[in-house]
Amino acid sequence: MKPLRSIGTAVLLTTLVMIQACGGGSTPADPPGAPSGPPGASGATADKGGAGELITAADLNLSAVDPAMAEKGKTTYDVKCQACHSTGENRVVGPGWKGVTTRREPAWIMNMIMNIDVMLEKDPEAQKLLEECLVRMPNQNLSKDEAREVLEFMRTL
Amino acid sequence: MKRSLKTTTLLLGSGAALFLLFNTMQGCRPQTTQAAVTGEAGSKTYVKPGSYDEFYNFVSGGFSGQLSVYGLPSGRMLRNIPVFSVNPESGWGYSEETKPMLMTTHGFIPWDDSHHPELSMTDGVPDGKWCFINGNNTPRIALVDLGTFRTKSIIEIPNCAGNHSSPFTTPNSEYVISGTRFSIPMGTDTERDVPIESYRENFKGTVSFIHPEPESGKMSIAFQIITPGMNFDLSHTGKGPSDGWFFFSCYNSEQAYSLLEVNASQRDKDFIMAVNWKKAEEYAKAGKGRKVPVEYYSNWYNDETHTGESTVMKEVLQLDPRELTDLVYFMPCPKSPHGCDVDPTGEYIVGSGKLAALIPVFSFTKIQAAIAAKDHDGDFMGIPVLKYESVLHGEVKKPGLGPLHTEFDANGNAYTSMFVSSEIVKWSLKSLEVLDRVPTYYSIGHLCVPGGDSKKPWGKYVIAYNKITKDRFLPTGPELAQSAQLFSIEGDKMELLLDFPTIGEPHYAQALPAELVKPREVKFFDINKNKHPYLAKGESETRIERKGNEVHVWMTTIRSHFTPDNIEGVKVGDEVYFHITNLEQDWDVPHGFAIKGAATAELLIMPGETQTLKWVPDQVGVVPMYCTDFCSALHQEMQGYVRVSPAGSKVELKAETRSVDAGS
Ligand SMILES: [Cu+2]
Repeated sequence: MKPLRSIGTAVLLTTLVMIQACGGGSTPADPPGAPSGPPGASGATADKGGAGELITAADLNLSAVDPAMAEKGKTTYDVKCQACHSTGENRVVGPGWKGVTTRREPAWIMNMIMNIDVMLEKDPEAQKLLEECLVRMPNQNLSKDEAREVLEFMRTL
Repeated sequence: MKRSLKTTTLLLGSGAALFLLFNTMQGCRPQTTQAAVTGEAGSKTYVKPGSYDEFYNFVSGGFSGQLSVYGLPSGRMLRNIPVFSVNPESGWGYSEETKPMLMTTHGFIPWDDSHHPELSMTDGVPDGKWCFINGNNTPRIALVDLGTFRTKSIIEIPNCAGNHSSPFTTPNSEYVISGTRFSIPMGTDTERDVPIESYRENFKGTVSFIHPEPESGKMSIAFQIITPGMNFDLSHTGKGPSDGWFFFSCYNSEQAYSLLEVNASQRDKDFIMAVNWKKAEEYAKAGKGRKVPVEYYSNWYNDETHTGESTVMKEVLQLDPRELTDLVYFMPCPKSPHGCDVDPTGEYIVGSGKLAALIPVFSFTKIQAAIAAKDHDGDFMGIPVLKYESVLHGEVKKPGLGPLHTEFDANGNAYTSMFVSSEIVKWSLKSLEVLDRVPTYYSIGHLCVPGGDSKKPWGKYVIAYNKITKDRFLPTGPELAQSAQLFSIEGDKMELLLDFPTIGEPHYAQALPAELVKPREVKFFDINKNKHPYLAKGESETRIERKGNEVHVWMTTIRSHFTPDNIEGVKVGDEVYFHITNLEQDWDVPHGFAIKGAATAELLIMPGETQTLKWVPDQVGVVPMYCTDFCSALHQEMQGYVRVSPAGSKVELKAETRSVDAGS
């Protein structure tokens, strides 16, 4: 069990990525410096659907955007995500994805895709969103590779 | 204190006396629902919340035409699987995709009478892959996939009527058999249009060997064996030394065709029919049979297109045992045999004459010797009859009244249900002595020991499936749910643990350890493997199209909306097809779909699946549609409208879902 590292980088809290942010995409950003990583999720493991363990920042070596991966991510988006998320700024059911990777830490995004049940149980930010939206984000059972490709696609937006 | 002690002693005393009575007198039933149940019985069936049962119990839904699944030892119902009868809960038989599954040469038949679940086997032991079940009335056999707990294929059986002695399977499920309960005239219209009183000349029986393809589960008839006109009741495959043989119980060797309850009970003995199916297979492969024109349906559900496919077969290969003389033998069996059960070693074949006061046990070794020595007692309609004394291992004397069915444990014991005296009788295969008996409430038919008709029974329990419930449960008017009763067989004495209500008639049942089934479970259908012709793989593929008076809607669902949720341009009299793809990819998140005035049922679409509802609007107006399966906090918001205009209207066809502030 790897602890989910808390990274104090500039993150928007209310414009949430994967959960339906009922406040809508036009909600202003929370102040920089707010933690995005969920300390409460420390030691949590995914019991189903996800890769088995929460992903940490160290697991993700992001370099320049890989267009081939992003293209695959787009394909997955079309089938499994588009019903709720636009690629623009505005909310459909969940928040729009434009600029999401500048607002959210990549590992947090990955965990929201793959380990939604654990995140909703442990992560205060995820819980806050659930209180606002009252709809749990569907676990679309993406593999780790697929989730990574979706993240890559997000980085192009 | 003293008084209560006294009372306890008294009660204990009378309890013991009652118990003695049970053990010494058949047919002595208590007058109330109270039975000898100890306080420990409850703890033995208690499965605490969040824990799993140890066994799956697949129970026939009888005249409901379905297959219900219970957990043991709790008796909790886990699932009711639609098989031969339409089911509005899931849209089985109502959706366009499932309609082909109930097609027969008589057209769409939305009901049947299902009797015997039979688990697929590997090396003579249930393997948790499939469960077969028969449709008695319009003869059919179904294969239920235990990965999805859904009916995977249904085959119609030609030249069959009252498909009762089925669907029992060979040790590696090479074949599943079907024996006709009613003999009937066969052939052309002229050959079939005969006086009923010409039964003896014109009526024939058949037993069919159905082959399920191991991968796909598609079924076809490998061959049929023609038999003299009689009634076939039950059947079981040989195993171990008797592998390669099949045994069928028959009644009405009198060949009566009227008032059978008197006229078919004239002879002292009917038969158990022994069929050498390995030999039959050889003959079939060598082309020794006759190809006879028939028509029958073989229906198969394709898990990639999520659609049933019907194939009409045009001929069947028939083998005639009067020509192929080493295929079929009759063994005399006292008084209208019903059950026909083979013990785990494969050496003993237990008949049970339902009107007989004994249970005959045949020996496979002796059967082979009698065949080799041509130890015949004449013939029946050209088929050799083996001498009763030559093939008999022994008889269980005075077991009770109305022996019906026998299952086995792993320790050489047999358990026989006694319909008339309402009890289960435990006896020893070795000594043929009765060891124990317990009353059942009331009129037990089949019974089941987990793996009890296989090479390796798991034992532990015997379950009684009763025909009459009377006062076992809170009254619900003239009709009560039929009942099953769970007994422990771990000790020397059988012990009643639990009663539980069932659906339809719990005719026969089989059980196996949950571990053989659980790991195979499909949790959702991979949408990337969905090959439905009207799939909408994502919302960008949703659309609406008109082809003449047909309107096709490619629709998607996800928590908590439909796309599209507003449709216009539909006209009265159009045939509207809603092709709905559930975009969810998570376990246990189906979405429902219902529309006002639809003359079918709802759809219940599993994650990753596409299903189609046909709707013919008959009135002008704006018609609501909604999701029926509570799917999220915004489930009530999962709804939409279809505007229906008069026939001939010029309203433009359109479908959309509008987000209030979607913007881009
Ligand atoms: Cu719903």
